[in-house]
Amino acid sequence: MSKDQKRRTIIPIGPYHPLQEEPEFFELEVEGETVKKLNIHIGYNHRSIEKLSESKHFDQVTFLVERICGICSTSHPFAYVQAVEDLAGIEIPERAKYIRCIIGELERLHSHLLWLGLAGHFIGYNTLWMWAWKYREIVLDICEQISGNRNHYAMMIIGGVRRDIFNKEIDELIKKTESLNGPLNMFKGAAIDDPVIGARTRGVGILTKENAINYCVLGPTARASGIDIDSRRDSPHNSAYDLVEWNVPVLTDGDVFAKVVVRILEMLESVKIITQSLDRLRDLKEGDIQTEVREIPAGEGIGTYEAPRGEVFHYVRSNGGNTPFRHKIRAPSYMNILSNEVAVIGGDIADACITLAAVDPCYCCTDRMQAVEGGKIKYDWKQLLKLSQEKTEKIKKEI
Amino acid sequence: MKQVEHYTKAMNKGKILSRSIWVFHFCSAACNNCDIEILDALTPRFDLERFGIKLVGSIKHADCMLTSGAISRKGATRLKFLYDIAPKPIAVVAIGACACSGGIFQSGYNIYGPVDRIIPVDAYIPGCPPRPEALIDGIVKVVKKLRA
Amino acid sequence: MIEKKVKEALGNKIVKWEKKNERRYYIEIKKEDLEEIAKMLFNDLKLRFSIASGVDTIDHFEILYHFSCDEEDKFFSLRLRLDKKKPEAPSISGIITAAKWIEREMWELLGINFVGHPGLKRLLLTDDWPKGVCPLRKDFTNEQRPKA
Repeated sequence: MSKDQKRRTIIPIGPYHPLQEEPEFFELEVEGETVKKLNIHIGYNHRSIEKLSESKHFDQVTFLVERICGICSTSHPFAYVQAVEDLAGIEIPERAKYIRCIIGELERLHSHLLWLGLAGHFIGYNTLWMWAWKYREIVLDICEQISGNRNHYAMMIIGGVRRDIFNKEIDELIKKTESLNGPLNMFKGAAIDDPVIGARTRGVGILTKENAINYCVLGPTARASGIDIDSRRDSPHNSAYDLVEWNVPVLTDGDVFAKVVVRILEMLESVKIITQSLDRLRDLKEGDIQTEVREIPAGEGIGTYEAPRGEVFHYVRSNGGNTPFRHKIRAPSYMNILSNEVAVIGGDIADACITLAAVDPCYCCTDRMQAVEGGKIKYDWKQLLKLSQEKTEKIKKEI
Repeated sequence: MKQVEHYTKAMNKGKILSRSIWVFHFCSAACNNCDIEILDALTPRFDLERFGIKLVGSIKHADCMLTSGAISRKGATRLKFLYDIAPKPIAVVAIGACACSGGIFQSGYNIYGPVDRIIPVDAYIPGCPPRPEALIDGIVKVVKKLRA
Repeated sequence: MIEKKVKEALGNKIVKWEKKNERRYYIEIKKEDLEEIAKMLFNDLKLRFSIASGVDTIDHFEILYHFSCDEEDKFFSLRLRLDKKKPEAPSISGIITAAKWIEREMWELLGINFVGHPGLKRLLLTDDWPKGVCPLRKDFTNEQRPKA
């Protein structure tokens, strides 16, 4: 080991600890209090889904991919059915397009609120955590009314959607969705104006635009670094995103604060999309939600969808049988987590948790792995979390 | 299961344990929905904290271990290790379809679960994911069992 | 129109150009030209590298590199054919940093060697997984995996 390496101590974050529900292993090499290098190990959640899907029918695979990730539970089926529809050249009826968007945006709302709560906890604002998750329950109620389950909605099917939304319930659903505008605006005000959140997140964990392009990051992580990509707007095939009016928020600073603001603005846009889509459903005939699909021909198809974390990519190849021959799944966190290598360098250890959490890592999507390397343990996860929260207390006193 | 009964009778700790249970959470190869439902149960709508149920960071402080996920290869070694160092008696609860039986991932090449192939389990809470009400119901059953 | 630019830039390196529909193009190339073509698509034409997928068709291997043109909603997938007995491909992680992990994954699960990769080590499976046993190959069965 070179002299440099000997002086650096290694701080593992992970593998299992109470509030980061997903196991992964980040190894920070530090000198004093500054982070010098990051090693990432994944793989604890590798569930061999790509191999499993080769043994299931095309329809069964929709349910399998739902369970890749509990939070982006609709994004994977959405992208998968797009891939098969691309393979076979299927178009879906208009009502199904709106319903797909509604479910996709509800999921985005619940995911961002979840992240907001966890970010609040990492900074030390437990009240933010409780409030964000309280409003998340309203979103889950709406989901339950439409699909029957709080998560894992099982709404997607090749050729359309499985369940319809009753026209007589639309007024109530619109009212419930619009009731979220108030709290969301409150979160927006709190995040932008609060001096402590600003001090903890501005200028922290910056990902430059050049690095963002090299690491091919996606989703809010990219949009916070100035890259204007959004699969919903760029690729609205077989969905209603080109039929309603909405905007894509893009910021250029690339720090954690930009990521927070991008997500909050996206939530407000989601409410717009949902209410507009519900409104349009009133004029369409109830029940016309599926195109009949007889068989899937041989060929290959690619489907993408903008999950809350970025673009989900599915590639399906078929030999003409009734199971996929090859199914490649790539979740957005696969690209986003690697970018942490550069975002966390040069920063304080106390900022490490919030920087690593800012890309909204969904490890279950990524099939993580884990390994431990030598070195002395300087701080474990609890101490790191405490460091982060103590820093907030210090800043509060100064302001 | 027999282990828990044995220790409980021997040391009569069951009654003390069931007042305010501290839980330790372990997940491996899960989609994390069950984990989020566990955290959901701590939020204002369901609010398990008013019963004294707390999530702790170390297995040494825990009275109950909640496991979720079909267990991957790395997770299996860790799970066994954690169970061995845990101070007995400890109740083990398997949450979700994957922990109870492997679920939809049963035939995967990296899946070495379900949980009861590795350690003894006291309570099974099926569901995908189980609602917070079902979680509370399960924990109540574990409490009753510990008190008996 | 981006597909015209791609066709021009690739010129005579294209072995086969397949247009599946308005949004999906599959281009077969030779593996010797891969690095140059990746540079052209990523650096000059500013396409986004989405991911690469390795496929075990029973008589040979294929790698598809998927590049996306977001402004026009088109995907260009480069197809490489590899010999089954000695699957090898040049690494593009020097050009596109994002390819580091996916090349490790393809090496691990399919057994394809990437020449020039900075460090091919295990990404998803445990370190004690036997060498040469590649789960994503068509001839893999669950009996080949290591015991718990």
